Amino acid sequence: MNEKPEKLIDKKGLRLDGRKPDELRPVKIEVGILSNADGSAYIEQGKNKILAAAFGPKEMHPKHLSLPDRMVLRCRYHMAPFSVQERKSPAPSRREVELSKVIREALEPSVFVEYYPRTGVDIFIEVLQADGGTRCASITAASLALADAGIPMRDLVVGCAAGKVDDTVVLDLFDTEDKVGSADVPVALMPNLNAVTLLQMDGILTPEEFEKAVNLAMEGCKTIYTLQKEALKTKYMDVKQEEEVEE
Amino acid sequence: MPTFFEKKQVVTPGEVLAEGDYLAGENTYAEDNKIYASRIGLANCDNKKVNVVALRAFYFPKVGDMVIGTVLEVGFNGWTVDIKAPYTALLRASDVLSRAFKPQNDELSQVLNMGDLIVAKIASYDRAHDPQLTVGEPGLGKITRGQIMKVTPTKIPRVIGRKGSMISVIKQETGCQIILGLNGVILVTGKNPEDEELAMMAIQRIEEESHTSGLTDRITQFLKEEKAKREENKNE
Amino acid sequence: MSSVITRVRLKQIEQLIEKGKRLDERGVGDYREIKIEQGLIERAEGSARVLLGKTEVLVGVKVETGEPFPDMPNNGVLTVNAELVPLASPSFEPGPPDENSIELARIVDRGIRESKAINTEKLVIEAGKKVFVVFVDIYVLNHDGNLIDASALAAVAALLNTKMPNYEIEDGEVRIKQGYTPLPMKNHPITVTLGKINGKLIVDPWLEEEQVMDSRISIAFNDEGNICAVQKGGAGCFIPQQILEALKIAQEKAAELRKRMDW
Repeated sequence: MNEKPEKLIDKKGLRLDGRKPDELRPVKIEVGILSNADGSAYIEQGKNKILAAAFGPKEMHPKHLSLPDRMVLRCRYHMAPFSVQERKSPAPSRREVELSKVIREALEPSVFVEYYPRTGVDIFIEVLQADGGTRCASITAASLALADAGIPMRDLVVGCAAGKVDDTVVLDLFDTEDKVGSADVPVALMPNLNAVTLLQMDGILTPEEFEKAVNLAMEGCKTIYTLQKEALKTKYMDVKQEEEVEE
Repeated sequence: MPTFFEKKQVVTPGEVLAEGDYLAGENTYAEDNKIYASRIGLANCDNKKVNVVALRAFYFPKVGDMVIGTVLEVGFNGWTVDIKAPYTALLRASDVLSRAFKPQNDELSQVLNMGDLIVAKIASYDRAHDPQLTVGEPGLGKITRGQIMKVTPTKIPRVIGRKGSMISVIKQETGCQIILGLNGVILVTGKNPEDEELAMMAIQRIEEESHTSGLTDRITQFLKEEKAKREENKNE
Repeated sequence: MSSVITRVRLKQIEQLIEKGKRLDERGVGDYREIKIEQGLIERAEGSARVLLGKTEVLVGVKVETGEPFPDMPNNGVLTVNAELVPLASPSFEPGPPDENSIELARIVDRGIRESKAINTEKLVIEAGKKVFVVFVDIYVLNHDGNLIDASALAAVAALLNTKMPNYEIEDGEVRIKQGYTPLPMKNHPITVTLGKINGKLIVDPWLEEEQVMDSRISIAFNDEGNICAVQKGGAGCFIPQQILEALKIAQEKAAELRKRMDW
């Protein structure tokens, strides 16, 4: 077993992975990487490696789960057995069930569900490697998968967490900080509409610290949003640039 | 009263396209006096109407559209057809059979069976019901020859080209008959498989480069070059 | 799924809320009548029943012995489970816990765990080997809205009612003796849930309001007034202003409830 680190922020104000309190981990995003899915995206955030795919809209089976006036979203958040330090059983855990629900509720406000009655969209999220903040990164990828599937949306949804380690409110906790720190606040946002679609907290925070953490997380969301948009546009710019180079 | 995009700029869902006295066109929505994109695509403005030509979209049934579909199931009084849309379509037996339909006597699978391809038109569709198809017009019905390919439905206009310029080039250079289903399914029928494949390659290129300019010329060039290559290979 | 609510009713609820009123004549910031009863299940080490309006939740606490978590050898174990029993609502189906009952259990668990309500260090029998395991089982008996707050209240009330068996260690074996000790409690979290209808926040949504609301937010506070759990639910969204407003209202209501409970 690893020893729990005593201090999470050193004298220079840097965290265990060398980041400043308001610094994000490096993020890499790719869209449309699965040929069988209607839409897909892959995200790496720090050591997190997460794949998201969307299938639909299509008629739902079983039919009684569909709604007569709108599209239904189904979401499955799942961690691969090898994604964490100690092998995790492939069977869905209670945590995965809860996260599947909150992730679905984070994505739903962005989709124009009323356009496609009696249909469903299935969203699958597979966490290939986990290092804290997976639900937020999953939302970022899943939202891109929906856009890649051509599903009309109000905005992309982007996720980012903030929390408290030692006595400081910090951005984008990695796993050790999440486990040893004193609070974790995952947030998901539709940046253009400034609407929060996921908000959870566990730990202990004063109301002021909570407000600070939420604001910090929202800032993190906005930064990742620019990367999200870029990843989406890059897919279509590549061909254009190739052409220009040839000419 | 400004628009916030440049001509042929790629926009993503949620991006603000315009503010003020504008109308929300295709793949956009209006809220709080602003027009936002709802799909990824190329934004343009046409007489105060802001549109986005989607780069990624699926087909949504519209009455009158010609579509190409695959028979999924033979039912009691008709067939269920996959038209690559969120909804499966129905083709009633009464639409296909010219005489009165007797369920005990008529064996529907003899007329159209699972896996058959058809060219049809959408006869009716509303929010509460699946689209109904008809094959009761000339040019519609079961497909017996040719190859099928699928493109994003939004690219079909590009495959047609301005006043049919693009599709004419392909037809001419390959000698193929090409039927474009508005649901993105395309039927290519040629004198031999090589000609069909050539046409399909050209269409695939159009899909990949649809948002660039000078495409018609490049496709014409591509087809001529490919044909020349094939001539060479034949002569060797 | 819940039964369809008529449009007329929907409009009624929305219109009243615009005026700051609700169908049962409450204000938008009022809880329904709360009744708490403790110790009604003798076989359980602790129990409590909460009536929140017509919502009824029964919580039973069982205390057994077991192994501690490997990374927490000096702490007892807490586990929270919730059952949305079929007789509580036509929308509850028999079967394994679904996402709603799992979410409910985990929200209540978070409030208790993060506030360190139970002094788990005092639950150690033999460090690293044997500890007391506290099972909190939430049994929803009637669903008339706001299961979260009712369950959270019932859970803490049941824990306060819980007595651990006395024990002695003889030849390395744990022997249960006569007599009981109250479960060592350090804190008493209180959860406040607000629903959002047409941009307006209402405290303690009841069943029909839940069918109209687009989302909810639940905030748990410890004795010191600090936040120990937050959960947004539902397919709607909150603008930052609404989050701050909800926080403020929840703080007030939690303080009121705390006074009422005398915790």
